[in-house]
Parts: sequence; C-alpha cells; structure tokens
Amino acid sequence: MSDSSRRGRMRGGPMGMGMSTPGEKAKDFRKTFSRLITLLKPAYVKLITIIAFAILSTAFSIVGPKILGKVTTSLINSIMAKFLAFRYHQPSPSVDFPYIEKIIFILIGLYLASALFSFIQQYIMAGVAQSVVKKMRRDVNEKLSRLPLIFFDNHAHGDVMSRVTNDIDTISTTLQQSLTQLITSVATIIGVIIMMLSISPLLTLVTIITLPISFTATKNIVKKSQKNFAAQQKELGIINSHVEEMFTGHVIVKSFRREKASLEKFNETNDRLYSASWRAQFVSGIIMPIMSFINNIGYVIICVVGGILVTRGFITLGDIQAFIQYSRQFTYPIAQTANIANILQSTIASAERVFEILDEQEEIPEVADPVIINKPRGEVIFSGVRFGYKKDSLLMENLNIKVSPGQVIAIVGPTGAGKTTLVNLLMRFYEISGGTISVDGIDIRNMHRENLRTIFGMVLQDTWLFNGSIRDNIAYGKLGAGEQDIVDAASIAHADHFIRSLPDGYDTVLNEEASNISQGERQLITIARAILANPAILILDEATSSVDTRTEVYIQKAMAVLMEGRTSFVIAHRLSTIRDAETILVMKDGNIIEQGNHTGLLNKGGFYKDLYKSQFSKADVNENPEIGYLETKI
Amino acid sequence: MLKLFRFLKPYRTPIFVIFVLVFFQSMSQLYLPTLMSDIVNKGIINGDVDYILRIGGLMLGTALFGSICAIFSSLISSQVSMGFGRIIRSRLFKHITNFSLHEFDIIGTPSLVTRTTNDITQVQNVSMMITRMMIIAPITCVGGIILAISKDRDLSWIIVVVIPLLLIFIAIVVSKVYPLFKAMQKKIDKINQILRESLIGIRVIRAFNRTEREETRFEEANEDLTDVSIRVNRIMAVMMPGIMLFMNLSSIAVIWFGALRIEHGATNIGDMMAFLQYMMQIMFAIIMASLMFIMLPRAQASAARINEALDMETDILDPAVEKPLGEGKTSISFEKVYFFYKGAEKPALKDISFSASAGEVTAIIGSTGSGKSTLVNLLSRFYDPDEGSIRLNGTDIRDIKQSTLRGRIGFVPQKAVLFDGSIEDNIRYGKPDASDEEILRAAETSQSMEFINSMEEGFSSPIAQGGTNVSGGQKQRLSIARALVGRPEVYIFDDSFSALDFKTDSRLRSALKKETSESTVLIVGQRVATIKDADRIIVLEEGLIAGMGTHQELLGSCPVYQEIVYSQLSAEEAE
Repeated sequence: MSDSSRRGRMRGGPMGMGMSTPGEKAKDFRKTFSRLITLLKPAYVKLITIIAFAILSTAFSIVGPKILGKVTTSLINSIMAKFLAFRYHQPSPSVDFPYIEKIIFILIGLYLASALFSFIQQYIMAGVAQSVVKKMRRDVNEKLSRLPLIFFDNHAHGDVMSRVTNDIDTISTTLQQSLTQLITSVATIIGVIIMMLSISPLLTLVTIITLPISFTATKNIVKKSQKNFAAQQKELGIINSHVEEMFTGHVIVKSFRREKASLEKFNETNDRLYSASWRAQFVSGIIMPIMSFINNIGYVIICVVGGILVTRGFITLGDIQAFIQYSRQFTYPIAQTANIANILQSTIASAERVFEILDEQEEIPEVADPVIINKPRGEVIFSGVRFGYKKDSLLMENLNIKVSPGQVIAIVGPTGAGKTTLVNLLMRFYEISGGTISVDGIDIRNMHRENLRTIFGMVLQDTWLFNGSIRDNIAYGKLGAGEQDIVDAASIAHADHFIRSLPDGYDTVLNEEASNISQGERQLITIARAILANPAILILDEATSSVDTRTEVYIQKAMAVLMEGRTSFVIAHRLSTIRDAETILVMKDGNIIEQGNHTGLLNKGGFYKDLYKSQFSKADVNENPEIGYLETKI
Repeated sequence: MLKLFRFLKPYRTPIFVIFVLVFFQSMSQLYLPTLMSDIVNKGIINGDVDYILRIGGLMLGTALFGSICAIFSSLISSQVSMGFGRIIRSRLFKHITNFSLHEFDIIGTPSLVTRTTNDITQVQNVSMMITRMMIIAPITCVGGIILAISKDRDLSWIIVVVIPLLLIFIAIVVSKVYPLFKAMQKKIDKINQILRESLIGIRVIRAFNRTEREETRFEEANEDLTDVSIRVNRIMAVMMPGIMLFMNLSSIAVIWFGALRIEHGATNIGDMMAFLQYMMQIMFAIIMASLMFIMLPRAQASAARINEALDMETDILDPAVEKPLGEGKTSISFEKVYFFYKGAEKPALKDISFSASAGEVTAIIGSTGSGKSTLVNLLSRFYDPDEGSIRLNGTDIRDIKQSTLRGRIGFVPQKAVLFDGSIEDNIRYGKPDASDEEILRAAETSQSMEFINSMEEGFSSPIAQGGTNVSGGQKQRLSIARALVGRPEVYIFDDSFSALDFKTDSRLRSALKKETSESTVLIVGQRVATIKDADRIIVLEEGLIAGMGTHQELLGSCPVYQEIVYSQLSAEEAE
C-alpha cells in the first residue's frame, strides 16, 4: 500500500539533470513566496551566515583558475627563455620554482577554505531547512485537528495526505538544495564574469554572445518537449486507469471472457504511450548535446581568438587557460539557475497548497467560561434545529426532539434522511445554523467540546481501530484504564472469549486494515471500547449492518448490556434490530415524520409500516416509491 | 534488474549502435583538448596564426561530429528504453491477466497495479539513464586514460592515485548515507501511516477526545524524521565540497609535477594542459556515474517486484485436449470437494457434495467466512479444488477450456464492479453482440429501468470508473443485467441482492424466476427471505455442509439454519 501513496510527482534526476516535469504554477507567486520567507525569519542569523559562506566559498574557488594561470604563464615564459637561451647557446635558465611553489600554496589554501566554507554552509542549512519543514508539518497537523469535520468531508484523504507529505517534501528539498544552489550559482555567474572581464573583455564578449543562442535553443526545445511530456503523461494516465480497472474487475473480465478485448485495449494504449514517451525523452535528451555543441563553439573561438591574441602578445597563455576554465564554469550555473526557477515555481505551488490548509476556517472557538457537566443524566433536547451541509441548501429546517434520561431512541428512515447528521450535530462535529441542542438543559455550545464528547460513547458501522494491540485499542476508550477494566469491558462486550482464543490474546496487534480479525470481532472490540468509556449517552450508528445476522445476535446481546440505564440513540438499517426500542423516530428529508413505538407505528399504517413491510413481507407491499432509496452503499 | 534485460533482445543491434555512437561522442569530446594542445604547442609557441585557424576549424568539426553522434544516440536510446518499458509492460499485463484469484490473493490487487504501472516506469527511466549516462562514463574513463597516458605516461601516476581515492571517498559517503536514506523512507512511511489513520478515524478520535494523543504520536514521528533528515543532509554536505576539493587539488598536482617535467624537458606545456583537461573529464564522468548509481537501488526494488510477478505461474490451466461436454440438460455437481487457501491450515471447504440441474434453484447460506463465496468461485474455476471434482454436464471442469466453462456461466459477484463507460456498455459487457432488445430486456428483468429512465441520458448515461456515481443497489442491478444479457445456462448470484431493499429484492426475484426457469441457478445469500423459496438450500458452517434441503425441512432438522432464521425473522414469519 505504501508504494501507491508514494505515487507523487517525480523530480528530475540528481543534479537537476533530465527535465523537471512541467511544473504547476502558483496562483499568487509573490504572496506565497514572501510568506515562505517569513517562515525562515527566526533563523535569519544562520541564513545570513549561510549566504555569506556560500558567497565566500564561491569567491575562493573562482579566483583559483586565474592564479593557476599564473603558473602556466610562468612556465611558458621559462620555456621561451629556454628556447632563446638554447638558440643563443647560453646556460639554460631554470623554471622559477620558488614562485610556483608560493602560488601553489596559496591555491591549496584557497581551495581548502572554499571547501570548508561550502561544507559549513550546507551543514548549517541542513538544520535550518529541516527544522522549518518540521515546524510546517507540525503546524499542518495541529491545524488539521482544529478543523471542523466539514473540511474532511470536502477534501479527499489522498489530497490532504499529499499536502502533508509530498508538498512539504518538495519544500524541504528546495530549501535544502535549491536555495543554496541558487546563491552559489548567482555568485558564480557574477564572479566568473568579473574574472573573465579582468582577463580579456574581448573574449568575454565572445563568450557572452553564445549565451542568447543557447538560451533560445533550450527554450524552444523545452517548449517542444513539454508538449511531448504532456502527451506522455496523458497516455500514462489512460494506461494506469485501464490497469487499475482491469485488475480490480479481474473476476468480471474472466467471467465474461473479455481478456482479449482488455489486452487489445492495453496494447493500443501501450503503443501510443511508447511513441509519446520516446519522443519526449528524445527531445529532452538532445538538450545536452546541443548545449554542449554551443559550448564547444565558444571553446573553439576562445582557443582560436585567444591563441591569436597570445601570439600578438595581448594576453598570456596562462590567462587563456584560466579563461577556458571560466567559460566552462559559466554555462552550468546558468542552466542550473533556469532549472531552479522551475523548481521554485513548483515549490511555491506546493507551499500554496500547504498554506491553503493553514488558512482554512477553524472550528468555532470554545466559549470562555464553559459549563461543565460532571454527572450527566442524559437528557437531550433538540429544539428548532436548522442545519445544512452546504450553506445554500438546508437539510433540517425545524427539528424538535426531546429525550429523557435512560430512554432508548431508535432512528429509522431512508438513506439521506439525516439520521447520521443528527448524531454529528449532537457530538458537535458540525455547527447548527439555528435553534439549540441541549444536554441536561445546557446548550452544547456553552460547553467545551471535550467535555461534551466525554458524555457520549459511539459505536459506528465503520469500525475504526488503530495499528496497535487489542488491549491498547480497548483502552482507547478511557485514559489510564487498568488491565482489569479492560478485561471487564471485553467480557461485557462478549469479546473476552474470542480475544483469548487468539494466539497472542490481548497483545494481538491489529494490522493497518485490522484484517486479521473478522468484521464481527472488530465490532465487538469497538463495543468494548465504548463500554470502557462508560458514557452517559450511547450512540449506535448502524453498528451491526456489516455483519451477518447470527453474529449480529451476539453483538446485540453485548449492546443490550451497554444500553442499560443509559440514554441511547440507535440508528439502524435492519428494522428487526430496533423493534424493542421505546421510541422510534422515523426520519425523512431531515424531519421527523412519525414517532412512537413499534406496534403503535405499525397500527398507524404510515411510512414506517411501508418501510417495515418492505423488509419483511413477501410481496404484498403497498407501492411506495420512496422506499426504493433504502439502499446501503457498498 | 539484470534479469529483466532479457527483454532487450530485440534491441541488440540498436544497443550496439548506441555503444558505437557513444564511443565516437566521447572520443570527439576527448579529442578537443588534444587539438587544443596542438594549438598551444605548435600554433602559439611558433606564432602560426594559420595553423591556429586550421586546427580551430578541425575542432569545430569534431565538436559538431560529437554532437551529431550524441543526438543520434539519444534518439536510439530513447526508443530502446521506452520500447523496453513497452515490452515489459505488455508482458506483465498479459501475464497477470492469466492469473487466477490465487495469485491476486498472494500479491494483492493494489500491488499488482503498482507493479504494472509505477514499477515499470521506474525501470524504464533508469534504463534511459543507463543508456544515456552510464555507458558514456566508462568509455570516457578508458578513452581519457589512454589519451592521458599517450600524452604523458610518467604523469599518469597522478590519475592512478587520484581516481581510486575519489572512488573510495564517494563510496564511504554513500555507504554512510544509504542506510540513513532507507531509514528516512521508513520514517516517512510511518508519518504517512499515522496521518492516514487519524484521517480515517477522525470521528472516533474526536469522540473519544484523543486528539492530543494523535498529535503526540505525529510529533514523535515528525521529530524522528527530522533527526534522520538532518543527519543525512549533514553527511551529504561533505559530498560536493569534497569532490570539488579533489578536482582542484589534482589539477594543482598536475601543474606542479608537470612543471617539474617541463623543467627537465620531458614534456611540453600544451600536453600538460591537455592532460589536465583529460583528467577533469575522467573525474566528471566518474562523479556522474556514481550519482546515477544512487538511483539504481530504487529501480532494483521495482525490478524485483516485476520479476516476482512474472515468475509467478498460475496453476489453473486449460487442458491440452478439451473433452466434450455431456449432452442433455445442464447440470453441475460437486463431488467430495476439499479446498485449502494457500498456506492455510484448515480447509476453507470440506467434503462438499451436491448436484443441481437446469430449472433448479440452489441457495447457499451461512455466516461470514463459512465458505459460501469460495464455493461458487470454485465453480467458475477461479480456484481449483485440492481434492474431489466439480463437473459440468458430467465432465470435470478441468478438462474443458476455461472460456467454454465461463461462457456457460453468468456470474454476479458480491462486489458489483462496473467499468468506465455508459450504462449500455456495461450491460453489453456480458454479450458484446447483444441487440438493443436484449439489453432492454436484461435491464427490465434486473429492475434497472426505473433508475435508468430517471437519468438524463438513459442508457447512454456515463458510469464512472468503479461505478462511484451510482448507488450500491443500482450497481448490483446493473451487474445482474450484465449477467442476464448473455442468457447463460448457469447463474451464480454471489450475495448480489444485499444492497437492495426488500421490495426491489422480491420484485427482482420474481422477474428472475421467469427468466431463469431453464437454467441452473446458484444463489449465495445472507437474508433468509431471499433464499427461502429455493429448491435446495445448502447451509454452510466453517466449510462444512451443516444441512441441505428445503426451507421447511431445514427448519425442522438443522440447528444452524434455525439460528440464522430466528436471528432474522420472528417465529410466525419463519413458517
């Protein structure tokens, strides 16, 4: 599973070779950029050090070739001298070793210093970048816990995850590498230009003339290759979704003997993918040779023009040697700067997505002086509640319910009637837009959410258990629960027996999907968890709809114990499970349309009766089209 | 990775051409310093401008030639590496298409998808890198060393000393960083896992007021990850400055020792300058190649996953010679069938024997995990039994082709899977050449007309991949229609009414009855109401048949059945 989550964007190879994929553009580059910079503010002393060291390191290494050139010049002078001496039969003068020695020591010193500064700079950057990123990750995570549930309804998990991982990862890499690379590159470009100018303005001009050529050449190729990359990406998307579809529907493909058709479609797409991707790779692959050819033109010109200049005595041979080295150093940082500009674009786009989360509207803050219910009785009143998931469409317009302590309330109705919404409102997962909900006479908005939620215990259809031992999962219901409490809760939930029959008992570690125990067993653990929490009010939301009916009987027994003496809300799809409830609320379109006990409602002959009959009788059902909605999502 | 290279066979000639082209490319790149040294030695020292210009022209020609070689090699290597990807992709897809459910169980569907998509892309990209970068490194290295020796043999000892040192330095850094990289990936996975867990369980976490606990857990993982990343990056901070220092110090060495040799008249200055440039090119090649090596382990892991899937052979095969099916009415029979899931200790099915023929409805009921779905999966040969046999019209289903077998079965799975396409496409999937009337009829029988008509585009309404835009009940009805349209001899309904409300369920069943009166029908169900009227009900309990008979018979004799029934119906309803 983890490999599919890594299906993020891929960066070009190391050293920015290859192409960075056509990056997404940020909506507001400047604003996001300056916001990202403010994150770095606390480390500004370090940052200044980093910048200073980067510049120093570059400067030291840039003077190198010029000084090295002096050695060459000195050598050639001595060769010339030797040549002359030879011609005039004079004693051959020696190479000026003390001079060369001196220069070489200076050089070694310079290079050592440069390497040291560069190392220190990157070393400090590691700390700065990673702690900024760490803080971002923490901020986002904390923000997530302050966001209302509605945010999670509107954002796919994958999307949120990719913002916290991929996007922050992108920012991390950029801060770590690209930022210092940018400083170094710019410093190198400036330094090299200065050095080249100091050697020969004429040659510098020649070198710089080749720049626009390589710029236009790369720009055109990049444009072309982006088109090809887009085509490649498209075909890749098609083929991936075909693979996913065919593998998930493997049984169907086989059952209906459509293997051949599937294979044909695959091969067609595969061929198109091939032709799009080799074109993309080819076009991006010729950037290097073309760049290097343009480079080489510059190299040749420098050799030729330089050579002529030397023969005319305008400059020294050592200077030419240094100049060649400079011109070679020149193009790489330029290409790199262009690449970093691209990377920066996509980083800012990533940062924007992260900031988007940080800017989301948070839950309404807690009241300043909350009412605390210490010994809840379990009375719940909904009065005139208005609510809608979207602002413009109301689901509930005027909902009124009164539940006395200890009462068992069953809620039935077709899908979309608002049964689960009721629970969500009660737990204050969502905020109502009108009316009040009160527990023991206290408006829930006047309580802290934490205090409110300790009053409730929930067992949901979706049996969420975390990756940990069964013991820890049950203990989740109550902080600091002792071993005996846990075992007692499990016993009451009829779970103790099956837990003990597992090889590791209570220490059995549930894997991520908790697939090593059955659905029914998972449900029993969640019930034990709710029992341990010992809530005053219990909410059972479709708690047994995903287990078979025999298992359900056991779970129901466990739940009956749990419900004793507590106010309970039971939401059920199978009406057989709620026949015994004291009060049954029949909901439709966000309203309570009928209310009463089972027999009463049946006698009344309304919606409930139709609903009930549709589940139990053979064919003598009243035609009521509404019931068609009573379907669960698979 | 090497194992996958067998798929490169058709590309032997192009790969040879790449080698030749890369050879010329790197040689021409290396030849430039030689020419430059000529300019220095002969041109500059003698002040011969004509010579300088002539050699300059030659250099331009060489550079052009090298670039042309590079462009052509890029063209061929793009085609080779992408073609390589294409071959593996198509092989793997075809191979997996032939898998039985066994293999899907072992590797898992999401992982198979990743292997066919991402893993292959990964391998393909690395093969691109190899053909483009890694071939050139050794050629440049060897060529550079030869040229350097030919220029000045005695100075070459510097290369002999410096290059191993450089390699050792890179190896040390990489060996320190590599385990940390791995650890880092693990920590990232950990963070992902915590995050995923807390997103999925958000309601429970908030209901139990455990937000703080989750935050602490995340923060710990975050702290962990940050620590490792800082360590990785601090070690990496040695890398580039170190390499630069190496290059710079070795050029100083060349100049110093070169100067000594010039003093003795053993070499000349142009040669020394050329030597210097050769060495730089060699070192650069090595650095590039070693950076490429960092990418290899990831591709290696991908290649291993691909190979694992390719090496997995399905044991469900068509017979060499197909036996003819028995004549007469369609019948199926299970004879003492035992079945174990691979690696399982206990059998999933034990001693299953029954037979059913055309016009009969056989229902299978039991708790979750009792083996109901396994039983019907055996009939379609998604698995083969370990013992016993399953027969269609008296012929063992292993003696006929899978396509013959499945052509006679209309299968409606537990999990209704629909494909990307229109409603009509999805129904037609069951019979590609179905007429419009046949499709309409299948839709009517499956009780789908009501919701199809309520959709704006009727039969042409699009279904999203996986059928996410229709409800569970609608999905099930469409998947029933898909099976009906082929008018098969055997129907398998694997718990395929579960998402229907009871009314639709009963209407559907009465419509089905007319349609399937000539067929053998197997219904797997959980609801007693759905299966009550079957001619034969098989009660499964932990893989064994706990009872077989009609509803009334079982109600009297089979305790498991009684338990199931009373958990759903009140006593009077059960009768």
